[in-house]
Formats: sequence, C-alpha cells, structure tokens
Amino acid sequence: MATPPALRATQYFLLAYRRTWRASIMSTFVSPLLYLLAMGVGLGSFVNKGGGAASLGHMGYLQFVAPGLAAANAATAAAGESTFPVMGGIKWTRTYFAMLATPLRVVDVLAGHLTWIGARVAMAVAPYLIVMAAFGVTPSPEAAAVLPAGILVGMAFSTPLVAFAATQDNDGSFSLVFRLGMIPLFLFSGVFFPVSVLPVGLRVIAYATPLWHGVELCRLLTLGRLGAASAAVHAGYLVALAVVGAVIASRTYTRRLRT
Amino acid sequence: MPGEPLIYGRGLVKQFGTVRAVDSIDFAVERGEAFGFLGPNGAGKSSTMRMIACVSPRTSGDLSVLGLDPDRDGARIRGRIGVVPQEDSLDLELTVRENLYVYGRYFDLPRSELRPRIEQLLRFAQLTERGDDRVEPLSGGMKRRLTIARSLINEPELLLLDEPTTGLDPQARHALWDRLYRLKSQGVTLVLTTHYMDEAEQLCDRLVVMDRGTVAAEGSPQGLIGRYCTREVVELRFGPGESERHADKVADIPERIEVLPDRLLLYTDQGDATVEAVQRRALAPVSVLVRRATLEDVFLRLTGRQLVD
Repeated sequence: MATPPALRATQYFLLAYRRTWRASIMSTFVSPLLYLLAMGVGLGSFVNKGGGAASLGHMGYLQFVAPGLAAANAATAAAGESTFPVMGGIKWTRTYFAMLATPLRVVDVLAGHLTWIGARVAMAVAPYLIVMAAFGVTPSPEAAAVLPAGILVGMAFSTPLVAFAATQDNDGSFSLVFRLGMIPLFLFSGVFFPVSVLPVGLRVIAYATPLWHGVELCRLLTLGRLGAASAAVHAGYLVALAVVGAVIASRTYTRRLRT
Repeated sequence: MPGEPLIYGRGLVKQFGTVRAVDSIDFAVERGEAFGFLGPNGAGKSSTMRMIACVSPRTSGDLSVLGLDPDRDGARIRGRIGVVPQEDSLDLELTVRENLYVYGRYFDLPRSELRPRIEQLLRFAQLTERGDDRVEPLSGGMKRRLTIARSLINEPELLLLDEPTTGLDPQARHALWDRLYRLKSQGVTLVLTTHYMDEAEQLCDRLVVMDRGTVAAEGSPQGLIGRYCTREVVELRFGPGESERHADKVADIPERIEVLPDRLLLYTDQGDATVEAVQRRALAPVSVLVRRATLEDVFLRLTGRQLVD
C-alpha cells in the first residue's frame, strides 16, 4: 500500500529522532514534571491554605495549574520544533532539498514536518495527563481530550512559526521569539493565576493571545465544564490561527525552496 | 516515441529578479549518452540543471524531460531520475545505511525491496564496511560516493550530476569517474555540469559550453577542438613581462597566436614544424613545449580569460 507522500517525510524526522531522543527527555518530560510538582504541589499547598481555592472557583491549585502547564508545554515544544529544525532543513543538513529531489513536493515536505511536530507536541502533553490522573485531578472523562486540545495548541503556534522560520537567513531571530514571545506568554496567559487578577489593559492583551485560549480550553476540559460556546471560541481561535499559519507557510516554503 | 530526445529544451529562460541566469538556450539530450554543461561560474549551468531536475520552475520557453512537462508532472519525473546536487544534503547524524533507507522511502520503495538494493549500492560505492557508521566522519570522497549511491536508489534512467567531483582529490575523482562509466555502460543517461575540462573530455559524448546564460558552442569534445582550435599548441615561455616584445617576431608562423604575460601560445596543426620555424628566428625562450590542444583551449577561447566573480 502506498504511503502518503507527507508521511514519507515524517518518517525521516522519526528516524532522526531515534538518534537524539535521550537528549530531549529532559526538556519535554523531566523539567515539565518538576514544574508541576513545585507549582502544583509545593506552591499549591500555600495557595490552597490561603483561601486561593475559593478564588480559583473551588478547585485545588494542582487542578488549576496542571492543564495550564500542559497547554504551555505544548506551545513551548511546538515553538522549539518549528524554528531550529526548519533552519536545519533549509541550511544545515539541507534535508528539505534532499526530499524535494524526490517525488515529494513542497506541500508534502511542509505537511510531513508539521505532522512530526504534532507528534512531538503529543509527547510533551501526555506526561501531564498521566500525572494528573495519578493525582486524581481529572474528574471529567473529557479530560482525555486534553491530548488533542494540546496538539491543537501546538499547531496554532507551529504553523505561523514555521512560516516565519522559512523566511530567515540564520537562527539569530529565534532567541527573540522565545525571549519576547514564548516566555511572556508562558507567564501571563493564565497558566499560574487567573488573568482576571491582571489590570484591565493587560487582561485584554491576554485574551487576544493564543496561549490563553489554549489554557482555558485544556482547563475547562479537565473540569468537564467546557460549554459549546466557549469550545467554539477557544478551539475556533486556535484552528483559525493554525490554518492561516499553514496557508502562509505554504507560501514562504514555496518561495524559499522552489526558486 | 522512438527517436524523441530524453531531455529537450528550446528557448529556455530562467530569470531571478532582473538577472537572466539562463537566457534562451536550446539543447537536446539523447537516451544513453553522457551530456555535459560546461562553463565558468555563473554561466547558468546549475540553474539549467535545477530546471531539468524539476525543483526550479522555468521562467519561459519549452522544456521536456522523459517526454513530460516539469511544470505539470514534476513529481512523476523526479520519481524516475536521480539527482546528485552540488552541495551534499546527507544527514550527518544518521548512518550510511539509514541515509540510503530514508531516501528510498521518499520514493515509497518498500523495506523488502530496499534492503537488498542498499547492499548492492554500498558495494557499488565501495562503502560496505562503513554501512553502519555515521556519515559525519567520512571523507569528502566517501560522502560524494554515498550521494551518488543515494541518487541511484530508485534505479533512475537519467542521472543529473551538478559538479560531481568539485573539491575531491585526484584519487577520489578517478574512483568516481570509474563508477560513472559503469553506469553509462549499463545504459543510464548522464547529464553533468563541470568546470573541469579533463572531466568533460573523459566523460562526455557531447557537451555545450555555456557563457553568461547562453550556449556558446555545442558538439563532441574532439569536434569542438577541431572547430574552435588547432590540433596542437606550442607554448613559448619567457621571463615575466617579456613575451609581448617577442610576439611580432613569430606572429606569422602559426594559425593564431595568443600573448600572455609570460608566454606565447602558438596554435598550429604541426607542432614540430612550428618549433623549428621558431628556432630559426633566434629567440631565446626559457622553455618550449608542444602539446595537443585540449578542451581547455576551446573553453578559454569561447569564454575568455577574465575572472568571473
């Protein structure tokens, strides 16, 4: 049976990952779990005692922070996989050009790489689900949907970033993406505290960022409180961003790779 | 259709912004031959190759590869050709075998078919012992042989090689030429670009000389030498800057004379007779050399001696 062209490209990334997976364990599994323990359990014991549970809407802090961290880790993993490896495909190992000398087309190379990024995001989200289940903070059966929701968050970050990365001549701008983009988002998108405590100006900005929508989506899913309206708003926003990013990426990829 | 050329270009143009890298060229490559694009840097060889390889859309003109149109059937054409790019695109972290395997997967070749073919290609490329080694520590010649082995994974009927031996030492170049002869004897059509004249003379049945995006000449290596040069060249070497004042004394002897700062090149069909005639004029060159004319003489005549940067 014929393998779809995009998945043949994905196979390359899988094979390359088998050589480097040990190095990625720390960043995708261990550090997030340390965060979860320090924040959810350590800091959480203060928050819960100090009446925080009431202002969080009667839930423990671990329950509050875990789905937020899952969404944030999905976004961070997606950003890492959507910047440096794209530059590698174009300039360092030139894998994209090797692929394009074969029957694979630019759209196959793009779709194949995005598929792989989706798989990496799933690997980054899954440990949170396991830990949440182990601590008994997944009351709702819908909590399992945090996995696809996390992949959606990852794609909303990934497609615009690969579109951008394909326009760059070197990796210099990527550290700015992290310092000025990913880290502020991580801190102010409602992962650690509800954005309702922010001054109104910052709150409006937070509502406009993709990570806040991702955090809300994952949190409401674990609580089983996701209504149709908020599902439409949050998922709709992320889907729209992912689709617009993919359309732009197919243009920037074509411009860069088919000269 | 029998008799139809394997590759056919007419009025082929590639434009980058305001620069015409390829400026309306005509050529045809027949099945089974080794065809060369020769030219200095920036002549448009690689741009032409990339259009033939269906990775770069043409600006205008006609192009047909294997009887198909690269604009419409790019993926199908790429499935039947092999490409050795100018810059290696091997994955240095993967092993030799993994590089071949993953490349074969791009063509959707099943594992059962790939396994024996990889072993066969490793033997062909003399890399069997290094099959499970990472690519990074391999020598330049080995990497190049691996790139050629990789390009053969789909058993192509047409192989495109963009400067296949640039940067290799003489041993590695000869080893590579030997592999290319073998492919040619198996019926694979070879199309290559090079700026090494000896490579073109060794490998190509026919070639075009490109200069500034156009075709300056076309023919077999011997045919081009016959048309654009004499059979032999007499080189008279003088001290630096001295050749010019001797030029007038011998200018009437050969068919054509070229004055370089330290040498006079006398183009002639009878080298020994020319040398005798020169000796009667009582010049005292530092050295006298009679040699056969080469493609390099043709090349320099057609594309000039100025450096192109």
